[in-house]
Amino acid sequence: MDSGRGRAATLSRVKPAEHELRPLHGWGRTSPTMAHLITPSGPEDVITAIRSAGERGVLARGLGRSYGDPAQNAGGAVIDMTALDKIIHIDVDAATVTCEAGVSLDTLMRRLLPYGLWLPVLPGTRQVTVGGAIGSDIHGKAHHVEGSFGNHVLGMDLVAADGEVHTLTPDGPDSDLFWATVGGMGLTGVVLSATLSLNRVETAYFKVDFVQTQNLDELIAVQEEQDHKYTETVAWFDAVTTGAHLGRGTIMFGNHATLDDLPKKLRAQPLKFDAPQLLTVPDIFPPGMLNKVTAKLFNEVWYRKAPTRQGVIQNITGFLHPLDIAGEWNRGYGPRGFLQYQYVVPLDRADVVRSSVRMIAESGHVSALNVLKRFGPGNRAPLSFPTPGWTLAVDMPVRPGLSQLCDRLDELILDAGGRLYLAKESRTTPEAVQRMYPRIDEWRKVRASADPTGIFASDMSRRLQL
Amino acid sequence: MIDGVGNPQSLLLLGGTSEIGLAVAARYAANRPLRVVLAGRPGERLDAAADSLRAKGCTVSVLPFDARAPETHEEVVGKAFADGDIDVTVVAFGVLGDQEKAWTDVSAAREMVEANYTGAVTVGVALADRLKRQGHGSLVAISSVAGERPRRSNFVYGSTKAGMDAFYTGLTEALRPHGVKVSVVRPGFVKSRMTEGLSPAPLAQTPDEVAEVIVTVVRTGAEQAWAPAPMRWVMFVLRHLPRALFRRLPV
Repeated sequence: MDSGRGRAATLSRVKPAEHELRPLHGWGRTSPTMAHLITPSGPEDVITAIRSAGERGVLARGLGRSYGDPAQNAGGAVIDMTALDKIIHIDVDAATVTCEAGVSLDTLMRRLLPYGLWLPVLPGTRQVTVGGAIGSDIHGKAHHVEGSFGNHVLGMDLVAADGEVHTLTPDGPDSDLFWATVGGMGLTGVVLSATLSLNRVETAYFKVDFVQTQNLDELIAVQEEQDHKYTETVAWFDAVTTGAHLGRGTIMFGNHATLDDLPKKLRAQPLKFDAPQLLTVPDIFPPGMLNKVTAKLFNEVWYRKAPTRQGVIQNITGFLHPLDIAGEWNRGYGPRGFLQYQYVVPLDRADVVRSSVRMIAESGHVSALNVLKRFGPGNRAPLSFPTPGWTLAVDMPVRPGLSQLCDRLDELILDAGGRLYLAKESRTTPEAVQRMYPRIDEWRKVRASADPTGIFASDMSRRLQL
Repeated sequence: MIDGVGNPQSLLLLGGTSEIGLAVAARYAANRPLRVVLAGRPGERLDAAADSLRAKGCTVSVLPFDARAPETHEEVVGKAFADGDIDVTVVAFGVLGDQEKAWTDVSAAREMVEANYTGAVTVGVALADRLKRQGHGSLVAISSVAGERPRRSNFVYGSTKAGMDAFYTGLTEALRPHGVKVSVVRPGFVKSRMTEGLSPAPLAQTPDEVAEVIVTVVRTGAEQAWAPAPMRWVMFVLRHLPRALFRRLPV
């Protein structure tokens, strides 16, 4: 590691064109492109990379968990921000942490838990960086209570196109640039570090109620009725079964467990980071592993494993990040890759949720990881995804006809005033994005004044003309 | 950019009036808005091709391009990339001409070699430079089964296609580390303007059928393909036939 950093330090003094050419792809492994990967050994290398950016521009990349192409920059420079992974300061009294942008949420959680501190917003995986979490304005199961990641950023240092470090706060003089950076897909600059506000917890466990439902209507109704009683809520649904049980599923309602909630054996170490990873999936799977038969089986098992139960104590992996139990699980989809389709539609358009689930279930395209959740209020960021409404996510392996299915879903969602999550997006059109994000021109104005020549660029920004 | 499910946003056709190339454009345009650059010999045919794609909803720009003017190729390719990235490029130009004249008349032979081979190579070199800098993209070269085993009936044409086939097969390897996919597609007999008046060979196909193969190789990243697919095995057998037998075949 040390010798690698030394090499990076000498490399970063030369022009980006001479950096290591590396194929980069998103978590869905669909559209790899080649970029000059820069491994910075300190903030000064990030500044150098930005000042010497060539005609194909420069972009920050974290742990590569966005599904499509937002962390790729074909022919240009990409800065591997995971090299900047220092935790600068934990203020236990104020419940804040200041860290470099390349620190993963996994690392942060491990370091914060001993102090009884907790990140208020955690997505379905801990393997994302703080910079990526800001750029995508990520959300989690607690959105209806906590909002999205940007709501908890107290300040950040951003290297803008001028090569200078700008300190941004949500309400300070540069608040426009702050909110354009939140959800801005890395296109306003490179976040070097950020200060986050934290919650306090007594334990690292959750007290979870499971409610199994017979169909989608029930899944929606029970969530509407009960999610206000819990800080964390999410529903998994079956996207294969059609007919009367269309969209049957399980809702997981959770609150942080208090010390008293824990069984005796867990009480000894209530703040232990209990999040095992059991295996790493090897890259050996042929295309078509997830097909009608395996999807049916998976959906059946997933449905049956979670009958209605009350007060189950679960650890971090079990409740928050079930997928983190297997490393590199995206390999299971085989070499053609897969995409995740995630949208949000306004609260009064639950009918769209129904028609989209029917459309997917009847399409012959299969999905195993299907999630439905009610979002709370959104924030001030023009490109932030969450808006009050129903969000649905499905994972589908790339097969002929998937493009057309997603286009039909787009129409449905656009007509309902909904939008797609850019961190998961890999195939929509510039016209659709323009309609989905009515404040995009406001964002473009801030971006244009911070980066007039457009040196921050990504495959996504080219594809969607952001 | 080519999106996550394989839809490109821009297409460059070298040989802007090629029926196969235009059929590729039509297939892409059926799914998504497509920007097309048609590089070809200026004239009515090129204008008509542009109009037909505009009618399908494409944004079309036209570039004058002469396969037999290699000194202009860098400039033409530069212009083709001036309006933004090119996701898919199809090298679709070529002449068939009078085969008897081609091996008995020096200037006829030269014309064919310059267009089909020299032009294909010089354009390929210029494309390689652009695509390398771009860091992504697909390049499809339309070769021919005629290049796989020379036949008495069209061996000058076959020799030019053998040459360009070898070049693009090598380019596949050269551009692979740069994130650019190069595919060589080898059609058999295609019922098109080029083969007008010739009697169709077995497994003859339409330009649209070849276009389907091209769209498939771009999507799957296959480096070599035959059109139709069974032609691969036909040619495998023909390549291995003893000459004494091969020359008696009515091919």
